[in-house]
Amino acid sequence: MNPMNYIYLSCILFSLGAAGVLLRRNAIVVFMCIELMLNAANLAFVTFSRMNGSLDGQIVAFFTMVVAACEVVVGLAIIVTIYRSRRSASVDDARLLRL
Amino acid sequence: MNLAAIIQDQTSHSEAVLFYLLAPITVLSALGMLLVKKAVHSALLLATVMISLAIFYILNEAPFLGIVQIIVYTGAVMMLFLFILMLVGVDSADSLVETIKGQRILGIVASLGVAGLLIALVSKGNLGRPFVGLLIANGEGNVQGIARLIFVQYVWAFEVVSALLITAAIGAMVLAHREPDSDQKDQRGLSEDRVRQSSQPVAGLPGPGTFARHNAVDIPALLPDGTTSDLSVSDVIAARGHLAKPADYNFIETSDEDREEK
Repeated sequence: MNPMNYIYLSCILFSLGAAGVLLRRNAIVVFMCIELMLNAANLAFVTFSRMNGSLDGQIVAFFTMVVAACEVVVGLAIIVTIYRSRRSASVDDARLLRL
Repeated sequence: MNLAAIIQDQTSHSEAVLFYLLAPITVLSALGMLLVKKAVHSALLLATVMISLAIFYILNEAPFLGIVQIIVYTGAVMMLFLFILMLVGVDSADSLVETIKGQRILGIVASLGVAGLLIALVSKGNLGRPFVGLLIANGEGNVQGIARLIFVQYVWAFEVVSALLITAAIGAMVLAHREPDSDQKDQRGLSEDRVRQSSQPVAGLPGPGTFARHNAVDIPALLPDGTTSDLSVSDVIAARGHLAKPADYNFIETSDEDREEK
């Protein structure tokens, strides 16, 4: 098997995540699709690291994971705050910054 | 070209079997994430995708990242997602109303375009040298190799990332923090109010029978000046006329006639 298959899989997962961000209305599901895109990028990093025979790609994937964790924490806090003020987690209801 | 590179030019058959087993599961789970209506089901499918990605990492000679993926993503991040889902409402199904006309079709077309573009580009691309593999880089162990890179070459990025984590944690606390409703008083406010209002006894209402010779619930408390306190007995007992008099239980023996009167 050619290890490029991992890259193809990563491309497919990335586009599926992008489709989710474009199609879904629930803010939490949109957020999960963003996580899917980040994970797909990580898979590409890990595979390229193996192809190039150096561990730097794995380090980048590791930092991506940390940044993604930060992003999840802050993003979910924002979703909870918006839900408190609007009683809705739909991205369509949050069209204005004010109430 | 060294020996390790020649050996690693093609991946092993067992890896191929595992890949062709897991890749469809991963893609179908990711697709299902978009199609299922309930957010909880999406979260479970995303957990499936993340676990299979962890297996792919381990297959790609990155065991450390595979374990971290399971701990951080399927452990912490998915737990956080499910926690917020429970907080926001599990039953909140996605509305299927299109707010922008034709957005769904355009979204599908755009993501298919992205997929086509990425795959076409990647398949045309050329690494420019044979596939190397991590046999040499992982020579002293994957964790040791990663530790050497993180704590020597990328130590500054590592420190910056730790600052980012702390900032994110504080930011989340600030965002999710809610001031308590201002009209609801705490214990200190309540006791201060009680002292300020002179009509209210500071130490609570006197119990029935205080300073009297008998302490059943129907006997009003005796105040220090000898009068009785109406506050010490329940209004219901007073309304029914069942109140006893503290004087009935004085040291002086009441006569039999007095008892019969009662």
